[in-house]
Amino acid sequence: MLITFTLFQIATYTIIDAQPGDIADLLTMDPNIPPNERDRLRQELGLDEPLHVRIVNYILNFYRGNLGLSFEEYPRPVIDIIGERLPRTIVLFLSASLVSFYAGFMTGKVLAWKRGGWLEYTSTIIGVGLYTVFVPWFALMMIWLFAVALDWLPAGKFLDPLDWIGAPISANAIFTRMIWTALGALTVMFVGFVLSNRAEPRNRPFIRVGSIILGLAGLLGYWIASGLSPYAWDITSHLILPVLTVAAISYGGNMLLTRTTMLETLREDYILTARAKGLPDKMIRDKHAARNALLPVWTGLVFSIGSSVSGGIITETVFSWKGIGRTLLNASLNADIPLAMGCLTVVGLMTLVGHLIADIGYAFLDPRIRYS
Amino acid sequence: MASTDAGALEAKRTYTPLWRVRLRLFWKALKTNWALFAENPIGLIGLGTIIFFGLFALAHPILMNTVWPQRIYDPISGYDPTISFHPSPPSPRHLLGTDPTGRDVLSQLMYSTRYEFVLGILSAVITVVIATTNGAIAAYYGGVVDNLLMRLSDLVIMVPTLPILIVLSALLPEGVGMLELALVIGLLSGLGGTTIVIKSQALSVKVKPFIEAARVAGGGDFHIIFRHMVPNLMPIALLYMMFVVTGAIFSEAVLSFFGLTTIQMSWGLMINITQNFGYLMNFQTWYLLIPASLAITLLCAAFYLVGRALDEVVNPRLRQR
Repeated sequence: MLITFTLFQIATYTIIDAQPGDIADLLTMDPNIPPNERDRLRQELGLDEPLHVRIVNYILNFYRGNLGLSFEEYPRPVIDIIGERLPRTIVLFLSASLVSFYAGFMTGKVLAWKRGGWLEYTSTIIGVGLYTVFVPWFALMMIWLFAVALDWLPAGKFLDPLDWIGAPISANAIFTRMIWTALGALTVMFVGFVLSNRAEPRNRPFIRVGSIILGLAGLLGYWIASGLSPYAWDITSHLILPVLTVAAISYGGNMLLTRTTMLETLREDYILTARAKGLPDKMIRDKHAARNALLPVWTGLVFSIGSSVSGGIITETVFSWKGIGRTLLNASLNADIPLAMGCLTVVGLMTLVGHLIADIGYAFLDPRIRYS
Repeated sequence: MASTDAGALEAKRTYTPLWRVRLRLFWKALKTNWALFAENPIGLIGLGTIIFFGLFALAHPILMNTVWPQRIYDPISGYDPTISFHPSPPSPRHLLGTDPTGRDVLSQLMYSTRYEFVLGILSAVITVVIATTNGAIAAYYGGVVDNLLMRLSDLVIMVPTLPILIVLSALLPEGVGMLELALVIGLLSGLGGTTIVIKSQALSVKVKPFIEAARVAGGGDFHIIFRHMVPNLMPIALLYMMFVVTGAIFSEAVLSFFGLTTIQMSWGLMINITQNFGYLMNFQTWYLLIPASLAITLLCAAFYLVGRALDEVVNPRLRQR
């Protein structure tokens, strides 16, 4: 895995390096800079070394947590920029993926069960439509509908600068706190859910609803008590529309995938056995078929998180959301090689982590893998 | 006498040329597969849409040479001087209006269609050629070759296609044209995921008795791979071709939307022009944004639908009944 990652780094570095022009070439446009000054700059940035030396340097520095300095925002280190923007991308896509995964799985399951008829065709058309829709256009339609026509939500950007004049702490600090509190609330809900599975069937709904209420109440209570709630709400309201858009787009894919895998599992012998035993339909669908159809959908979800940056470039640009994707686009447009390289490395790393999580999740979801 | 006649007839029957037998078998397979395909209205909708766009693309040169004067309707350099303000709304003269520089939107739309087809099909063919060759070779030889090719595709899967394309097209001084785009998309998807899928299919073909028979009959490795394994991988390769076409058209549209290609006219570029002139969020000028976006969505969806219907033909477990 480490070897794959290193190869990936070498490949991307070579590809990017093969492009003509570096920052010094860009500066040659400026007649005020003398040639020896340009050479000094090149030396200072390490651009005069041969390719393999630079690659080795880059990879060694990567493991020391040093990704170089951005050419464009010169004294600022790349790792700092990525550290600021990666959480935004992850929050955006993780929440969207979870929403679309849950909704897509639930509907796909029901659709496969009720095969045939107009419902199947309309849902497939809608699913394929969402899956193949031209994303910038779809995002614009969403902006138009919710931000212009209905005027419910802000149209883009990470926050509304006018509301932040005189804010006591920076937006990033608030955003970090938001992530932690949301994670805390989710943990409470998850623990409640796990506990409810162990409890008496009669008490299950109470524990589940109770844990959800407890989590939400804790979340709201913290922000109201902290007195920073207007700022948190500002970020949240900017977050809703992109999340909705990304979720709608990946919902189509999730639904179609669930439906296909459900159709395959429904042909298995154990479904026939379950039917012959006289189990209720809902039980067969949820416990026997859907549980087995979950595995490929789970893989799809994890891979989509890894590759979310690809889709992120479009959504983040349309919504002016300053995440990794938009940073990558701008960095490559401005020939900011360290920053572009850093973003690509992070993308590769995310994909790798995605594969790892997929494997671990597989073992968790499929007892056959766990016990062998 | 009668017995010799029967013998001659017998001889005639056995000496049917090989190509005719093959053609008949092919025709028969095509008919059964078509019946399976036609069972599914979704695939037919997709095929209908593709044919519609095909006719749409073909109609453009005909219209240009008969009804539309070159000067006014040229998709790249046309200008209509009779209208005082561009963009102008749809009128009998311009069925979808004109864009901010005075060009006919319908003409642009039709002109771009053929390039979308060329791009999609070219990258799909590149993908399939690479993926079937690699997949068959990896499955046939196994061992080190298999390991190398599979690690390579693991690596390529990790490469995010769209960011790489953006980086490439932003940093190349001449920008990326249609051919380079098709090549990169074809290479990335051919070396990556498609190889893995096709290899797993090739593994099941490899253990079939006819491969053994071919080897016993003295067939070389090359002969077995390309004459016996690859034809059996074609159905699944065709299926993945459809998905690659969808991806390629989509990537081109996104890149053109960001203004990163050197392509002179395409659907993505039409949206880019709309954005550059500031008509993007203006619903008075819907005819600038909606036709191109809808065309991208529809064509992508059409290829995807055909792919899904083919999936049901290739994969019997998905069929109804």
